[in-house]
Amino acid sequence: MITDKTKMKSNSTEEVSAVVIRFVGDSGDGMQLTGTQFTDTSAMFGNDIATFPNYPSEIRAPQGSLYGVSGFQVHIGSIEISTPGDDLDLLVAMNPAGLKTNLSAVKAGHTIIVDTDSFTKKNLQKAEYETNPLEDGSLDNYRIIEVSMTSLTKESIKDLGLDNKSVTRSKNMFALGMVYWMYDRDMNHTLNFFAQKFKYKPLIAEANGKVLKAGFFFAETLELIPNSYTIAPSSMPKGTYRIVNGNTATAWGFLAAAEKSGLELFLGSYPITPATDILHELVKHKHFGVKAFQAEDEIAGVTSAIGASFAGDLAITTTSGPGLALKGEAIGLAMMTELPLVIVNVQRGGPSTGLPTKTEQSDLLQAMYGRNGESPVIVIAASTPENCFDFAYIASKLALEHMTPVILLTDGYIANGSEPWKIKSINDMPSIKTRIIDKSSDSWHPYDRDNKTLARNWAIPGTPGLEHRVGGLEKDKTTGNVSYMPDNHEYMTNVRAEKVKRVENYIPDLKVEYAEEGDLLVVGWGGTYGSLHSAVGKLNAAGLKVGHAHFNYINPMPKNTSQVFSKFKRIIVCELNKGQLAFVLKGKYNQFEFEQYNKMLGLPFSVTNMVAKFKDILKED
Amino acid sequence: MEDTIEKKYTFKDFTSDQEVRWCPGCDDYVILRAMQKALPEMGVKREDVVFISGIGCSSRFPYYIDSYGMHGIHGRAAAISSGVKLANPDLSVWMITGDGDSLAIGGNHFIHVLRRNLDLNIVLFNNEIYGLTKGQFSPTSLIGQKTKSSPFGNTQPPFQPGELALGADARFFARLGGNTPKEMTKLFIEAQKFKGTSLIEILQNCVIFNDGCFTQYTDKAVREDKQMYLEHGKPMIFGKERDKGIVLNGLKLEVVNIGKNGITEEDILIHDAKCEDSTLHYMLVKLQYPLATGIIRSYEDATFEEREQLLTAEVRKNSQFSKVDELFFSGETYEVN
Repeated sequence: MITDKTKMKSNSTEEVSAVVIRFVGDSGDGMQLTGTQFTDTSAMFGNDIATFPNYPSEIRAPQGSLYGVSGFQVHIGSIEISTPGDDLDLLVAMNPAGLKTNLSAVKAGHTIIVDTDSFTKKNLQKAEYETNPLEDGSLDNYRIIEVSMTSLTKESIKDLGLDNKSVTRSKNMFALGMVYWMYDRDMNHTLNFFAQKFKYKPLIAEANGKVLKAGFFFAETLELIPNSYTIAPSSMPKGTYRIVNGNTATAWGFLAAAEKSGLELFLGSYPITPATDILHELVKHKHFGVKAFQAEDEIAGVTSAIGASFAGDLAITTTSGPGLALKGEAIGLAMMTELPLVIVNVQRGGPSTGLPTKTEQSDLLQAMYGRNGESPVIVIAASTPENCFDFAYIASKLALEHMTPVILLTDGYIANGSEPWKIKSINDMPSIKTRIIDKSSDSWHPYDRDNKTLARNWAIPGTPGLEHRVGGLEKDKTTGNVSYMPDNHEYMTNVRAEKVKRVENYIPDLKVEYAEEGDLLVVGWGGTYGSLHSAVGKLNAAGLKVGHAHFNYINPMPKNTSQVFSKFKRIIVCELNKGQLAFVLKGKYNQFEFEQYNKMLGLPFSVTNMVAKFKDILKED
Repeated sequence: MEDTIEKKYTFKDFTSDQEVRWCPGCDDYVILRAMQKALPEMGVKREDVVFISGIGCSSRFPYYIDSYGMHGIHGRAAAISSGVKLANPDLSVWMITGDGDSLAIGGNHFIHVLRRNLDLNIVLFNNEIYGLTKGQFSPTSLIGQKTKSSPFGNTQPPFQPGELALGADARFFARLGGNTPKEMTKLFIEAQKFKGTSLIEILQNCVIFNDGCFTQYTDKAVREDKQMYLEHGKPMIFGKERDKGIVLNGLKLEVVNIGKNGITEEDILIHDAKCEDSTLHYMLVKLQYPLATGIIRSYEDATFEEREQLLTAEVRKNSQFSKVDELFFSGETYEVN
């Protein structure tokens, strides 16, 4: 039943600083749950973590098919973890298709746990295996742990009298139990989770618990498992933590901004992968006065938010690339009427419907320029799951204080990825001063501006004496009445651009990590922070002088940007697109040369590949 | 309460300083004036009135009313209005739109706003033509109608706005000729009183691109014979001599002469605008002779914002959270020392 095919030397117990584990199976096999449970348990143990769920867009793809494989990758460590990792220390494959599609990611000599019961002739065919890889020697370079998981699961709960479907469904817990034992994790968190989740189905809770324990004890008692790893807790800053993914953090950032600004939060949204979880989160919070409106389409999502903004709410809309395209005209209206509005675009693979469940950074130019006319808006990007909280908050603050739409870019990778969040109290967040005016005066006009920011006032319906009209037609610079005068249009075009440009006085400098000057500056933006940070860290550890500058503020850019660029001999802009930030930089800072590193795989960067690439570049000099 | 002292408004209080720019002779002037006369009678404070429009001739309307207003983008007035109303249910929200704006580019928002039943008032200016883009056929243009984009005649069958509205479960639907200002003022006040989405279709003559499109019904000489002005609880009688009425014959409405063939007023249908079942309202909307005008349907139902407010109060009552910090620090947190 269990064979150890490895020819490599095995230690009894190994202490390592970090491991990368991936659970793969059919999209109905519960791999996301398995991964999440392992993540939460590890976080509570004190490890730093990063996760990467990777699943097909079909809800229940045909069983055993190659395209139906769902995976969840988790990177845990006693050191700082900034990516879900590249190569796997452990792969748990619930079926042949999972093994086939993920084998290349496993480090040579490392461990693969397979459910041998699923390696039937039919499943092998579906996975397009001509011979059984467990028998043909193709896995000789790996440590294979063959477990007839389905049978063992059945055996462990045969007394409970459950139907066959419920029994086989819990085999993922057998795998999780084994992995818990291997990495010295405590089972209590998961046992409590089941007790809670199946409060009204105690039999199901009991079955899952029993299978989990069966897997754990199986791994413990049989000495056939070659080694087990221990990973010490990491040294993260003191404080109270919880695990968040990017979408939850985004939603919570808006909750915090609404409370801090004293406004009610309005969300107008239409479901779209991978942004929908922000809607799912915000609909839960009616107790905070959140008005989450599921509209009839993307356009109604944004235009209802514009209406709510006109009426005095903190108004947001959430979407992904195709939805941003549909919202373009309305964002122009918000820009023209100079109303506060936050548009969240959780980017996915494009163009068109593209790769809904995969990640990409290919909407930057759409965010910057995807509207008719001269239509500048603030564009910012979150760079980690947990700082989605900060940037949702900052997006709200900038929209309200500067009276303009703000596009917040995240992506599928950080939206679904989880990491520990050192919880922020609302008391620690910067203040938000809205531009609401409540008193009329004879000299008041709707387009009166603040001298420093150029933001106009916000006069809200219900306020006596401030009745006024706004709209998409060009407005007179003083009275706000419709105006087609040539000079006025040019003036207003310039003022709207200058207003957004002056936001640069209210954002932090661009920071450089590792070398502050040197041979190579690695530039990125948004969700690739973790990968670039790891890659540049490795280069510096190897004695190379490489810096990492990562943009969160893209329009406008930090004022010190060219100063940062000037300290390096070469600059390489790394993006999960064909070079969209590079395009912006080449136009804006044309005194510098920008090299590019671009990937379009629908996946995060591979740190290993990047390190190799940068080493090559530096060798050229 | 002291603050219920109502300021007495006149139509001037709702007249902005902007020059009205519609073509001379356009029915839009009639509608604007009727609205400016109705608003002071509604018992609503000026600062609580919001006009939202889309794009088109009619959509310039908000600029001419001295209240809060937004001239939106094409077709989206229903969604903008919904956002305004959800953000602040105390406001009196008026959506101004046309047959192109709401039945073509904004058709989706139009049916959904009716379905949801927010307490909004919608005035649909139907002139069976695109005016601002200078004379193309619209979704209400007739088959065969010659326009700039159908020089040989329109081949697309039209919508009846009322049919579409009732199909989308509109709770309030009224129709009126664009040349009846007194009835219009009265109707606007009724729409404001009605709790739910009220849709008023105005048969609006476009003097430039579709002049006379409704003359057969709206001309003063024929109006009383060709239109049947409906009032809830009253018999469906029309005609200059008040000698014609409507009876139900099988599944059809039929015009009968009162006093002939033994027909008396007793036999005539009584208009029930308030009944939930919209079958008869639908038949009235479709009736070509006479054209049913006035309030065809007025069925009061819970509004969307009421449902939301009730649910929010319920959730609040049962929630453990009143501040976001309580949420952030709740559940599965852990300490790093």
